[in-house]
Amino acid sequence: MFRRLDAAATELSARTVRVTVDGAVLACREGDSLAAALFAGGSNACRDTAVSGSPRGPFCMMGVCYDCLVTIDGRANQQACMTPVREGMVVGRQSGAREVAA
Amino acid sequence: MNRSASNDTPISACDLLVVGAGPAGLAAATQAASQGIDTVLIDEQPAPGGQIYRAVNATPLRDRRILGEDYWHGLALLEPFARSGARHVAGAMVWAMNRLEEEGGFEVAYTADGQTRLLHTRHVILATGAQERPFPIPGWTLPGVITAGAAQILLKTAGVVPSGPTVLAGGGPLLYLLAWQYLNAGVRIDAILETTPPGRWRQALPHAWGFLRSAYLAKGLKLLRAVRAGVPIVSGVTAIEALGEEGALQQVRYSAQGRSHTVPAEQLLLHQGVVPNSNLSRAIGAEHAWSERQDCWEPVVDAWGASSVSGVTIAGDGAGIAGAMAAEHRGRLAALHAAMSLGKIDKARRDDEVRPHQRALARASRGREFFETLYRAPDTFRRPTGDTIVCRCEEVTAAQVRETARLGCQGPNQMKSFLRCGMGPCQGRFCGLTVTELIADEQGRHPRDVGYYRIRFPIKPVTLGEFATLPQTDASRDAVIRIRK
Amino acid sequence: MVSATTPAVFDVAVIGGGLVGSAIAYGLRDSAEHVAVLDEGDVALRASRGNFGLVWVQSKGMGMGDYGRWTLGSTRLWPRLAAQLLELTGVDVALEQNGGMIPLLGDLEVEARVAWMQRLLAQPGMAPYPWKLLDHHEAADLVPGLGPEVTGAIWTPVDGTVNPLKLLRALHIAFDRTGIRYLPHHGVQSIEQRAGEFVLATAKATVRARKIVLASGLHNQVLGAQVGLHLPMAPQRGQILVLERTRRLLTTPFVTLRQNDEGSWLIGDSQEDAGYADDVVTLPVLATLADRAVRTLPALKEVRVVRSWSALRVRAQDGFPVYEQSATHPGAFIATCHSGVTLAAAHALRLAPMIGEGALARELDPFSTRRFHVQKT
Repeated sequence: MFRRLDAAATELSARTVRVTVDGAVLACREGDSLAAALFAGGSNACRDTAVSGSPRGPFCMMGVCYDCLVTIDGRANQQACMTPVREGMVVGRQSGAREVAA
Repeated sequence: MNRSASNDTPISACDLLVVGAGPAGLAAATQAASQGIDTVLIDEQPAPGGQIYRAVNATPLRDRRILGEDYWHGLALLEPFARSGARHVAGAMVWAMNRLEEEGGFEVAYTADGQTRLLHTRHVILATGAQERPFPIPGWTLPGVITAGAAQILLKTAGVVPSGPTVLAGGGPLLYLLAWQYLNAGVRIDAILETTPPGRWRQALPHAWGFLRSAYLAKGLKLLRAVRAGVPIVSGVTAIEALGEEGALQQVRYSAQGRSHTVPAEQLLLHQGVVPNSNLSRAIGAEHAWSERQDCWEPVVDAWGASSVSGVTIAGDGAGIAGAMAAEHRGRLAALHAAMSLGKIDKARRDDEVRPHQRALARASRGREFFETLYRAPDTFRRPTGDTIVCRCEEVTAAQVRETARLGCQGPNQMKSFLRCGMGPCQGRFCGLTVTELIADEQGRHPRDVGYYRIRFPIKPVTLGEFATLPQTDASRDAVIRIRK
Repeated sequence: MVSATTPAVFDVAVIGGGLVGSAIAYGLRDSAEHVAVLDEGDVALRASRGNFGLVWVQSKGMGMGDYGRWTLGSTRLWPRLAAQLLELTGVDVALEQNGGMIPLLGDLEVEARVAWMQRLLAQPGMAPYPWKLLDHHEAADLVPGLGPEVTGAIWTPVDGTVNPLKLLRALHIAFDRTGIRYLPHHGVQSIEQRAGEFVLATAKATVRARKIVLASGLHNQVLGAQVGLHLPMAPQRGQILVLERTRRLLTTPFVTLRQNDEGSWLIGDSQEDAGYADDVVTLPVLATLADRAVRTLPALKEVRVVRSWSALRVRAQDGFPVYEQSATHPGAFIATCHSGVTLAAAHALRLAPMIGEGALARELDPFSTRRFHVQKT
């Protein structure tokens, strides 16, 4: 798993941003990407693939691997590593291929 | 041509567009703006710095000893850029570029805040940098396995580090830099599995003179000594597997010196060098060549960075891996060349002003050959076999690619159409090199003859809705809606 | 049964390893012992990779009723081809023949299209098939979330789709199973006929064959001239958008929008005269394609385009297929068309056996190049 170094943990308490992930509240440090917040919150995986249902999590942290895909505020297949956390953000893990919102 | 710009698509203009805010892009934009060129710098990240200086303005790790002075050098690029007058468009992604036939220059489509915008520019400098070389081992898609670069980004941007058993694997300066930074931050590393084959040092020795005269020597040795003192190193590793039952990494199995070992691990950090980000340069039609020394593709550029596409210059690692310091100097060279192309300075002035930058570039390039030879990714880890996943997005295995190559598949594009590798959202970034090498391996051909995927716009996925807001023309409507009165 | 050893002279050399050539070669597997497929390299003008995957009848044959008839016949044979390929290669090409639609946005389009369909089916030589104008609600029953701007749609039960990449792959695996020799990087540069044999100079080695089939798509014009077949061609560019995989939503395809068995979406259909520039996608055309698609199915707005491509349709000047055996060079056959998927069944199950027998049936007379010469006078 991952943890925050003291310097980061201090900042977390000073300026916390709260998001929900599958309904559960996650306290994040302002300025973190959603992927970093998920790792720090104890999740290594954020979705199951469309092809085989295998679990995946962020891999490159720089927006090129497209493994960190989650649903953010109702929009599917968003890259968690390229999205800074925002107060009230609603995050959902994805399972398989996305829906076309009808 | 009659164009109707839809109200949804604002079009702005500039003389020079720089794509990428790493050292090359920052230096280029700063140089160009200071010469009075109307310059825009577009970058995907919320703050400038690229990957190497990522979050240098905002990192929670303000004790400079943790990340090291080379990282903090990034501030020296940010400050002049902020003062230069160049416009910075952050959190924006360039996904298409087409030549403007009538006006000259290019029309560039980029997306920001879920909206597509168009920019007209006379000259472009691509400074899109590098990504990590794919490192396909069995189990590399398991949660718990990330790249060393990813781990370093977590460290820099968020002060987030592994808390359980952690193994680093591969080779290359970044791996050791990360290990050193972790030691500085009090993070325990259980092992570094070095894949550099024995005897590589001997091969690299002829280039050692350059290395000895370079700036890298003193820093490099000090760093290596600290890492070797603080972390168990396993050398000559010839096989690595990431194992885990419940959909997460639990152990790493490796072979070294003829014996197999298994160690518990919650995080496996992989790294075997970096390669240029070439999707944008390919999509615009620039010529690329195979680099024998670096086992990857590079755009073909001249000493100024000018590509085979007139009006497009490429600087930094995106033009060929040479490191952050070289990137900065190449950025300035590219900007001077752009200034001449735009008519701001004449050739004599360009050739005069470039001299200190050329000297600096030569100094920064010393020692690279040594690293390249020493840390060349071994064949086994570039050319996987069996069930090892090659295309992460479509979950295509090495065995499938090899079998299709044996059946006579002509190249990566036919391979893509047969197996879907390269058709996922990463657009071949993590499988392209591997597919080229596997075809080469199976068919006894050279990668340069095998070729690479054909890359087209959008160079990263963009919503259909955004495409629908782009301007249409009478000709485009005629081509699609063919029902007449 | 085809033998796997390399003969000095092949019985048949099929020039071109795209959909047309591959289907014909596959169809020859029982009537010739040594069959070769000569293909070019990985980055050539590969029309076959630019394929939408429609197995489509609707809108075919305006100006040549026989083409409509030939097309309908092929769609009726398709299930047999799919079953054969599944048994021989294990690849399921995902044939779906549940009907298809042309979406009509606005009353003008509805009127124009209905009139057009009536004219089409009234032509001599056409084989009739049922079709219906659906109003918005009837179309919406077939397509959940149909856009309000879709005034109606022309629907026929005979239209369908297949996965064209799986089809090509299945055919290539079939070569391996049946001893058909697939020779990549053997682009044919010249053809000579000597002593009852054809001598093909290729980029690699010289290949000899007793019969040849010119199925090289856009190159057929150049190669055809070498065997006395004069085939005026006019390539036409089409650009396509491909969307990421989603859960399966669309089971009745539109001619301009379909979702394949794996969940990704394909959006077409553009026609431009752009010479041989198949390496360029142009934003205005992609914008118009995207705009129409979003009006057809608004929920696709948020789905991402993962790639676009352009490809050239292989078209004879009048847009209809060309099938002929050369009068000056007997044993040389030519096959050119742009609906390589729809016609794959006819090519494999009817045309190939005719080539095997050494003569094309009278039914294919309308497709010979003689029709171009008639127009000249």
